[in-house]
Amino acid sequence: MTGWGVVELSRLQFALTALYHFLFVPLTLGLSLLLAVMESVYVMTGRRIWRAMTRFWGTLFGINFAMGVATGITMEFQFGTNWAYYSHYVGDIFGAPLAIEGLMAFFLEATFVGIFFFGSDRLSRIGHLIVTWLVAIGANFSALWILIANGWMQNPVGAHFEPQTMRMELTSFFELLFNPVAQAKFVHTVSAGYVTGAVFMLGVSAFYLLRGRHVAFAKRSFTVAASFGLASALSVVVLGDESGYTATLDQKMKIAAIEAMWETEPAPAGFTAFGIPDLDQRVTRYKVEIPWLLGLIATRSIDRPVAGIKDLVQSGKQRIESGILAYKALQIVRRDPNDAGARADLEAHAADLGYALLLKRYTSAVVDADAATIERAASDLVPDVPVLFWAFRFMAGLGFYFIALFAAAFYLASVRRLEKRWFLRLALWSLPLPWVAAELGWIVAEYGRQPWVVEGVLPTFLGVSSVSRGAVIGSLTGFVLFYSALAIVDVALMVRAIRQGPTVEDAPPGRHPFTPQRPRTA
Amino acid sequence: MPLDYDVLRFIWWALLGVLLMGFAILDGYDLGTGMLLPFVARTDAERRQVRETIEPHWEGHQIWFILGGGAAFAAWPPLYAASFSGFYIAMLLVLVTLILRPVGFTFRDKLEDSRWREFWDWVLAIGGFVPSLVFGVAFGNLLLGVPFNFDPEMRLSYDGSFLDLLNPFSLLAGLVSVAMLALHGAAWVSLKADGMVAERAARLTRLAGLAAAVLFAFAGIWIAFGIEGYVIGGAMSHTGPSNPLAKSVARETSAWMRNYGIHAGLITAPVLGIAGPLLAAVLSRPRGSIAVLIASGVGVAGIIATAGVSLFPFLLPSSTHPAASLTVWDASSSPLTLFIMLIAVLVFLPVVLIYTSIAMRLMRGRVHLVDVERRQSHY
Repeated sequence: MTGWGVVELSRLQFALTALYHFLFVPLTLGLSLLLAVMESVYVMTGRRIWRAMTRFWGTLFGINFAMGVATGITMEFQFGTNWAYYSHYVGDIFGAPLAIEGLMAFFLEATFVGIFFFGSDRLSRIGHLIVTWLVAIGANFSALWILIANGWMQNPVGAHFEPQTMRMELTSFFELLFNPVAQAKFVHTVSAGYVTGAVFMLGVSAFYLLRGRHVAFAKRSFTVAASFGLASALSVVVLGDESGYTATLDQKMKIAAIEAMWETEPAPAGFTAFGIPDLDQRVTRYKVEIPWLLGLIATRSIDRPVAGIKDLVQSGKQRIESGILAYKALQIVRRDPNDAGARADLEAHAADLGYALLLKRYTSAVVDADAATIERAASDLVPDVPVLFWAFRFMAGLGFYFIALFAAAFYLASVRRLEKRWFLRLALWSLPLPWVAAELGWIVAEYGRQPWVVEGVLPTFLGVSSVSRGAVIGSLTGFVLFYSALAIVDVALMVRAIRQGPTVEDAPPGRHPFTPQRPRTA
Repeated sequence: MPLDYDVLRFIWWALLGVLLMGFAILDGYDLGTGMLLPFVARTDAERRQVRETIEPHWEGHQIWFILGGGAAFAAWPPLYAASFSGFYIAMLLVLVTLILRPVGFTFRDKLEDSRWREFWDWVLAIGGFVPSLVFGVAFGNLLLGVPFNFDPEMRLSYDGSFLDLLNPFSLLAGLVSVAMLALHGAAWVSLKADGMVAERAARLTRLAGLAAAVLFAFAGIWIAFGIEGYVIGGAMSHTGPSNPLAKSVARETSAWMRNYGIHAGLITAPVLGIAGPLLAAVLSRPRGSIAVLIASGVGVAGIIATAGVSLFPFLLPSSTHPAASLTVWDASSSPLTLFIMLIAVLVFLPVVLIYTSIAMRLMRGRVHLVDVERRQSHY
């Protein structure tokens, strides 16, 4: 870490805190919906086992939810603390979905989660069910707005550069909202959350079945998890494919890097199932290809080619040269806003302005950059190929594994053969896998976006705050220690609650959990 | 755009104030209650009683702060960027305590061990005290000005350290904030708990109310005579693009009193800031009352409004490069973003208020010690 500056340290801090935050988010998404479903069954059938299920999984949900909220605050703070220039440059667009997330979703979720735990003896069954649904809806809406914000970083639609304020400004809220990348990412991400919730429930239920504890409770939970999980796992893979397709609209380099595809492939491009990317020679060795597949995923056609890395670097060079013209015109417009010629030049090349900013890593005199500097900046356009190549393959492989796991679980539950110990062990050992897949997914999405913080608009290294290296080292160290301690406590409490297991009590039906009711006094 | 740019900017200035007040009034009593927890409650059951007065709601209330940050990001991007990066260490300090709060609430009752519970009780207390202090200190520094500048490409540079923030005036502002939220928390506990706990809280209400009023008045005198405020020199367009480098700014003593001279009615804000806490202290009685809570809430609103009104049109003055100060007229988002966000607020904020009041109504009534002793934790 010795050679690392504020940029690298801030990136590491953001990556670690975001990945950590996303350990809790998918379980919140998945369990909140599962709770709502189970409580609905309880309200409809009146059978107490469903109430016991809602309560037990609700306790685990509560531990996880607290951590999700707590670590989410870090994310909102960090744009300002560590990415101040980013916040200035795109706050006009990016801030809006974040604020609306708080207003529309987070408020709903957070207000009713308190009532979920504390209001049960003051609410009718229907009343409490509505509260549970509101928590689930809040959590899912929250994901929607966050992914609209994130989708814009991948595909910055509905915005233009404004020279007088030196920043990007919103031109169409509608385009921001209906960004195809955001929509695809939303469905893919929440489905991944549902898979996580289902694998969690499946694994914990399998644990009880293996131990012969709470058998009736565990069988029913297992069945719920299996059916919910199968639907979700199918949705993740199918809609993950949609995500791949929309990425090619604007992030051709990401697709090429995921595929370690150095040369543009003639249509229809094959999908490299396995291979060893060689960075020095810029080739991929020992390739095992599935013909046509990539072309179909990426272009939805058999006649359009998928661009390779080398060609994309070449076109990147042209865009840098065009961006230099925009940058030159911008300097004139900043001095004299009425210079019509410069304004027209800026307008003509504004789409490539971000590419000129890539040069700032090597020279402050962007306008005078020589061919060698342009070449270097263009080569920065290639993200980390081996990491993306492998992260994607493990993630996608896990996606298919979950389909198989849930299909088998669903079959065993349907034919009432849940005593298969090898399968129960498999389900238990699969517990960490959805988290692995989700984290890999974010690595593909965000590490694959590099060198951009906003694709084609702002290079990551320019987005940082003017804070000292020492301050960031201090905060990064603090986060690592603090988050590690919290993780230990969180996991210990989860394990403890799971070991204690559910309690199916014999209180008269119709009243809700936890407490004997007392007469209300003011 | 159906509304002019200057009108939108003014509305968003007021909305930022509303969000801050919402945070300070609703989450404020949660913070204050946390701060007082080890002092008003001694036994394990008493501690749980006090926590249960805020446990159903604090999570929702804290969103006012999250939303305040989000709204600053969306409506005042340079303000968000400058304050969060400039106050780097202070912000991370607040962050740590805000992260510990949810964890403290949920984790505390999971184990029987008394040291475990004592630990999380103190975590909540510190989690109430530190943000209250830091927010006050931040406001103090806002009034003094903060050392920052922009280069021609609008990259912000900040020329100060964490320790610079802890100057005498700002620490006084921090104490005002602590006293004000301790008062609000004490008023809440005396209303929502019973027995000894409510009585202790009522005594603290009197103490904190008096302290808040005196400290606030003292800070007011200091602002009027002791520190330099900022004034925009010459005419400044209220509808121009948000470029904070296109104006001139002067510093003068008593400049923060100018707005009260222009609109005498604005004096209501500081008057409420003093009268609210005093009234809460006078009205306080052993079993608490809603009137005390309202009085302290009015005091909180008055104190925050005073800071906003005094600073107007400044949002964040620069002490080293006054011309680079951020104001309502040159640090906002584009008119389109302000307009869309206004629509979003007009649609969703009333909904938020409706379900917040439904939730509060549902959980109305005191938390009785006998009930707490009889049952286990809800979490």
